[in-house]
Amino acid sequence: MSTATLRLEEIVITHDGHPLIEVSASVAPGEVLTLMGPSGVGKSTLLAHVAGFLPLGFRASGHILLGDSDLGCLPPEQRRLGLLFQDPLLFPHLDVGGNLAFGMPAGGSRRQRREEVATALDDIGLAGFAERDPATLSGGQRARVALMRVLLARPRAMLLDEPFSKLDTGLRDEMRRLVFARVHRDGLPTLMVTHDRADAEAAGGPIIEL
Amino acid sequence: MPSFVTAIRTAPTVALALLILPVLLGLAGVVAPAFGWHPALGGETWTLAHWQALGNTPGLVDMIRLSLFTGLASALATFGIVALCLATFLETRAFGAIRRLLSPLLAVPHAAAAIGLAFLLTPSGLASRLVSPWLSGWVYPPDYLFPGDSLGLALALGLTLKEIPFLLLMSLAALPQCRAGERLMMARALGYGRINAFLKGVLPALYPLIRLPLYAVIVFATANIEVAMILGPSTPPPLAVAVVRWLGDPDLAMRFQAAAGALLQLGVTAGALLIWWLGERLVSRLAAGWLRDGHRLRGERLGRGIGSLTTWLAIGVLVAALAGLILWSLAGYWPFPEAWPAPLTLHAWQQAATGLGDPLSSTVTIGLAATAIALVLTLGCLEAETHRRRPLGAGAQLILYLPLLVPQVAFLQGLVQWQAQIGLTAGWPAVMLGHALFVLPYTFLSLAESYRRQDPRWRQVAASLGASPANVFLRIRLPMLTAPILVAGAVGFAVSVGQYLPTVLLGGGRLTTLTTEAVNLASGGDRRLTAVYALFQLALPAIGFTLAMTLPRLWWRHRRQMLSGDTA
Repeated sequence: MSTATLRLEEIVITHDGHPLIEVSASVAPGEVLTLMGPSGVGKSTLLAHVAGFLPLGFRASGHILLGDSDLGCLPPEQRRLGLLFQDPLLFPHLDVGGNLAFGMPAGGSRRQRREEVATALDDIGLAGFAERDPATLSGGQRARVALMRVLLARPRAMLLDEPFSKLDTGLRDEMRRLVFARVHRDGLPTLMVTHDRADAEAAGGPIIEL
Repeated sequence: MPSFVTAIRTAPTVALALLILPVLLGLAGVVAPAFGWHPALGGETWTLAHWQALGNTPGLVDMIRLSLFTGLASALATFGIVALCLATFLETRAFGAIRRLLSPLLAVPHAAAAIGLAFLLTPSGLASRLVSPWLSGWVYPPDYLFPGDSLGLALALGLTLKEIPFLLLMSLAALPQCRAGERLMMARALGYGRINAFLKGVLPALYPLIRLPLYAVIVFATANIEVAMILGPSTPPPLAVAVVRWLGDPDLAMRFQAAAGALLQLGVTAGALLIWWLGERLVSRLAAGWLRDGHRLRGERLGRGIGSLTTWLAIGVLVAALAGLILWSLAGYWPFPEAWPAPLTLHAWQQAATGLGDPLSSTVTIGLAATAIALVLTLGCLEAETHRRRPLGAGAQLILYLPLLVPQVAFLQGLVQWQAQIGLTAGWPAVMLGHALFVLPYTFLSLAESYRRQDPRWRQVAASLGASPANVFLRIRLPMLTAPILVAGAVGFAVSVGQYLPTVLLGGGRLTTLTTEAVNLASGGDRRLTAVYALFQLALPAIGFTLAMTLPRLWWRHRRQMLSGDTA
């Protein structure tokens, strides 16, 4: 259970010397901060920077803090941030259970891990799906597996990059409810980038217009 | 795991060293003997005597002329046919068929293709049998000198047939880079015919992208050994073949002349490249007005006719040559002008089976080891690009082509001179490393596009789930790229199987592979046995490609997205 606050202190991202985006913000545990704006404004770049994947040609200054730790000093794999893209990006060479196990921290016997996967699948209404090929799942099922894979990695904060934009309208509401319920329950500070106002309203948190 | 990243970052250095060092050392090793210095052979004074001996060699001018003519003619024919083939077939249904034929044809070893072509076109070959006696009236094999004509036409033809698949494949890789599809659509919407649209709208942008492969074709064609031994004239032979003969001469003094000859070959190849480069200048000067003249349909029908004729003819001749090999391997008594040998017999296969073991096993072990080294270095270089976050620079790209841009006979001979000087034993390890040198450029060219194009979000997702760089590489990137990696391996293996000169020179003549055996047999008289060896030489790469195509289908039969290929 995370209780740390995610703080972006005077983040400035420049592209080839031109300032692109400036943000200072603080996200409390369980709170969703929404960054809204048209495409090309640099909101996805900001998210990539927080996750540790600033693209080539961009430079960033400022501090990214989670509780007391400075994330900027850590390589991406040690930041423990749950990253969700608009595509579920389930690894096509692994089965559904393998995708979930990939997210779980190492340790435990094979049986324990298998049981943990089974519980997690049950949790998202996909009991018995462990050996399925991800390519055979429906869009909504894939989105739920992707969410669960991120949660099983025990993230300390969530980063959502337009996570609902490729879902059908009906599914979209359902996924929003699921994601935000988990975020609130686990007390995860969450940064969401979107251009859909309904996402921001469903999140119920503060909104920064870029 | 920082040690993984450190190790990966050394891969480009190791790869570049593997490519540069042998070439530079080899060239250095050939300079001193050319001027008389080679203590191991008793040469302890600097002298120009060996150059004088070289200059006095009968037929030297003919040798140089042959190298230049066959090299430039085959490069020009290759380029012309590839350009017209693309112009005629790009974005048509037939193009899919041509594309599918490419990899198998590319995998045919040079020696096997040359042997097949020789058996097809020789006076008593399949081609003259098919038209005799009903059309030609020949009851005995006609009296013409082909292959082995003194002009080198057979040699140029053989080189052209084998280089077309290579250049076509390189062009296909370059087409998306110059947005060929959009250019073609734009030009055709403006009323340009298919041929004019390609030649005026796409080719000027495509040419700079295939210049290096084209130079590699010229270098290969001016200095090739095994095709020239099979299809070229023998008195005098092209320069490179003469150099290899001098090198194998029992009179050790000839080694010095061979070194001088190797440097001369370097100059001849450089001369061919210079002539081509001047031609480029001239054509771009002359074409400037033609590009802007606004004619949209001129020569359209002629271009299409030549384009489809030459394309299908090239494919047809190659296929007929290979089919002819099968017939010869099964022939017993086969008098002219019968077109079909009867009865068929397995005698040649049984005869071959006794001596086949050693060459077969050394071909396979050398091929697998060289390919494994090349694949590890290729993957290391490409993964290092990810960590350094920039692709290889232009200089590194050029170095990658280095073994293909320097005549083999020049620097391999230098390496042999070093072997003699330092007392290194020739044999399996030396041959294997020599093969790896020529395999590496091909595995890299084959894999680079797929590796670089893989969606970066895959590794971002994996890393954000806590996977270390080593785990991302081993558990995500490698498995997802199984298919292109196996194809690159098959390409590399095919390249190794086809190598002739590195095996002969670095193996000290003691190591035999299917290729060296096939080339040796081809100069003898036994067509049946030669055909069997050529077919074995052909079968190995074919098996490699078949495995590369089918294994991923078996492995991933329960993973639909892995089969559809959109994992890059």
